[in-house]
Amino acid sequence: MTGEREEVWITGLGLVSSVGEGGEAHLAHLARGGPPVLDEERFAPYPVHPLPEIDFSRQIPKRGDLRQMEAWQRIGTYAAGLALEDAGIKGEEALLSRTGLIVAAGSGERDTRTDQMVLEAIAGESAGADDSDSEGGGAAKAILPNEILPSELRPTLFLAQLSNLLAGNISIVHKVTGSSRTFMGEEMAGVAAAEIALKRIGHGQDRIILVGGACNGEREDMLLIFELGHNLLRGAFAPVWERQGAHSGFVMGSQGAFLVLEARSHAEARGAKPYARLSGVTSGRCRRAGEGEAAQSAREQFARLARETRDLAPGPLPVLSGASGTRDATREERAFLEDLGRENFDLAVRAFGSALGHGVEAHFPMGLALAALLTREGAFPPPLDESGMERPLSGAPERILVTGFGHWRGEGLALVEPAM
Amino acid sequence: MPQELTDAKGRPVVAVTGMGLVTPLGRGVADNWDALTRGRSGLKTVSRFPPDGLRTRVAGTVDFMGPSPYSAYGLSLAMAEAVGEGLLAQAGLDAESGFPGPLFVVTPPSEPEWPQLRALFDAAPATSPETYDDLIEAVRTADHRFADMLPGLVNAAMPDALAERFGTKGCPVSVCTACASGASAIQLAVEAIRRGETQAALAIASDGTVHPEGMVRFSLLSALSTHNEPPEKASRPFARDRNGFVIAEGAAAFVLESWEAAQARGARVLGVVRGCGEKADDYHRTRSRPDGSAIIGAIAHALEDAGIAPDAIDYINAHGTGTPENDKMEYLSLHAVFGDAIHQVPISSNKSMIGHTLLAAGGVEAAFSLMTIATGIMPPTINYDEPDPAIPLDVVPNEARQGEVRMVLSNSFGFGGQNVCLVLSAEPEI
Repeated sequence: MTGEREEVWITGLGLVSSVGEGGEAHLAHLARGGPPVLDEERFAPYPVHPLPEIDFSRQIPKRGDLRQMEAWQRIGTYAAGLALEDAGIKGEEALLSRTGLIVAAGSGERDTRTDQMVLEAIAGESAGADDSDSEGGGAAKAILPNEILPSELRPTLFLAQLSNLLAGNISIVHKVTGSSRTFMGEEMAGVAAAEIALKRIGHGQDRIILVGGACNGEREDMLLIFELGHNLLRGAFAPVWERQGAHSGFVMGSQGAFLVLEARSHAEARGAKPYARLSGVTSGRCRRAGEGEAAQSAREQFARLARETRDLAPGPLPVLSGASGTRDATREERAFLEDLGRENFDLAVRAFGSALGHGVEAHFPMGLALAALLTREGAFPPPLDESGMERPLSGAPERILVTGFGHWRGEGLALVEPAM
Repeated sequence: MPQELTDAKGRPVVAVTGMGLVTPLGRGVADNWDALTRGRSGLKTVSRFPPDGLRTRVAGTVDFMGPSPYSAYGLSLAMAEAVGEGLLAQAGLDAESGFPGPLFVVTPPSEPEWPQLRALFDAAPATSPETYDDLIEAVRTADHRFADMLPGLVNAAMPDALAERFGTKGCPVSVCTACASGASAIQLAVEAIRRGETQAALAIASDGTVHPEGMVRFSLLSALSTHNEPPEKASRPFARDRNGFVIAEGAAAFVLESWEAAQARGARVLGVVRGCGEKADDYHRTRSRPDGSAIIGAIAHALEDAGIAPDAIDYINAHGTGTPENDKMEYLSLHAVFGDAIHQVPISSNKSMIGHTLLAAGGVEAAFSLMTIATGIMPPTINYDEPDPAIPLDVVPNEARQGEVRMVLSNSFGFGGQNVCLVLSAEPEI
């Protein structure tokens, strides 16, 4: 079936991160070689890559729409608008009504103030209750959320908690309504979004799909969840490959990354210029029970990618690595890449998380978007750290491998090449 | 591939060869079908937690399985495992090497549950005032004391546990399209088989989120029925005095495979997924476009994908939530597609008996739709005491009906403008 597949082009990009918005800002930041934009105070001991000042109304003009969204939804809806604009299809209602939508999302945002209020009320109740009457006390505690939540929880905030409501907002604000699917599962949600969009277009099940994700890295409820697994870097910032031992983990980055993926014939028919071609996406899962397992899973994905793209011979291979900086997953990715190096792939690795932070569900779409941008630019940025893991590349990237190792599960790869 | 094994568009026909079900009515397809066709309600006054002070006190909880004390994660996982259990054997697949294809799965989003937040709060350093920072600090300094909370807070965890349990291949794909999710999981599996990527796929949808916050949220959106007494009369789809849905729990699982592969193995075919259609709404976060165009689009796309005209549909398994808005819009949209002929097509709402199983509903109702095809029994819409004159549908009122049903339309709609429709049919005649 491979021979019959239609090429999939990347014809629009919408990028938002700590370094700014749009392709130019990201290219310029990477070309300069940093330094990263950080806020090390607000969530200390966790540094974060904060979102810059953004006038959301430029992509989300109705105040009523903005009021209905929490930050992750604003970032995503804004980036989606940038991508549609960039692809030249913003406001093209007839086309948008048959444009597919695939969003990688996490759990929505909680109202931490309300959570706190309920917890304090429960604590107050417990302090006043007779401890021996544990059953009665338990019931009273259980009822407290019933009393407090109805008055404190705003319906809009509940809607911010629904994972599919980023997609819902994109449909409402930008009129993308051909389909709407939200994938979940942290980093692998972003991989699945790209993989399924590519397959759908490749097999003629769809012609054009808006794909991406968004992450508000400046959220206490999310820091809580990721700290529960001790996944976060604490204290002084260090680039991804320089994070070692106890000083490992990821640094949350606020990010929005959307791509317009389009069948080549569809793009040509409307005269759209491609950034690049998305040649392949593969994903896998292993138990990660022992050292080397995830690296092996990635090697299998690489072999599949080589089969599917028929174009992965040894030689120069620029890599946009989605390595997060968590100890085990990053060690596995390093082992995988070092293996490729031994197989005569001349690697130029850039862990873009060193510059933008970790965008979780949005991270893989961000890697794809940066790869598309750099492919069209015909330049690859200088190393993002001094670990020795990232070596300079001279000349234009003729292909870019994008990696996406989940911080806990899943290994994904993609190949981006110039569109001929 | 022989002509008969592909559909009119030249794609592999996708058969269902295994099916599992849990709803408030019980565990297993047979028990559920028996109760459902008798018109029994699975809805009760909530006993899991004191519902005092809540406007709605009735729900369709699954109380006969899952961990004690309850957790949304624990119950959802237990139900997902239960519906997937034994499906390999049912489909006649070799269980040795696990399920021979990918997993498309629907699970509730991970979020901290109140007992967990309380445990963290109790462990947090006492500052004044206490803040979320303190909870984070409790976690940071606690080493691995709270590690057992982790699976419930990582979205990949439940899909991963199910992939491990059933030996599915590749990275599980976890989908959320709100209350259409169950149908989306089936659709993703059908598409993968049609692309020729795999011969078989496992689709599982599970939702066990009846907890105070869950009820408060939907209550705030004025979406829940307040007919608290008697609880079995709380869900009244298509009736004049309906005033909301009843939140419920359940799960469904399906083995989907190319009909050719199923036949080659001599597997018993439970039905065929003939078509899938979707269309997103751009009108409002919780309401559909007043002209019904998105719902109409989803229905039309499903019929088109199945390669059939509306008159081929023998019965409709309605989304039928029992909210004033949904039932009105569902009728309006069906009428737009079917014309006046819709008044003669039997349509019933399983939610009148099991409530709204939310993320699992599209799966649960697809399973019941396939049972209708297999047995020729159309389950009733119960509590239909007072017809809504604005919705002149044949809702199979109060008692099940017998008839030949070869082609079913199953509707699933969700907040966020999600609309997914499936066309399910009997095995094609060669």
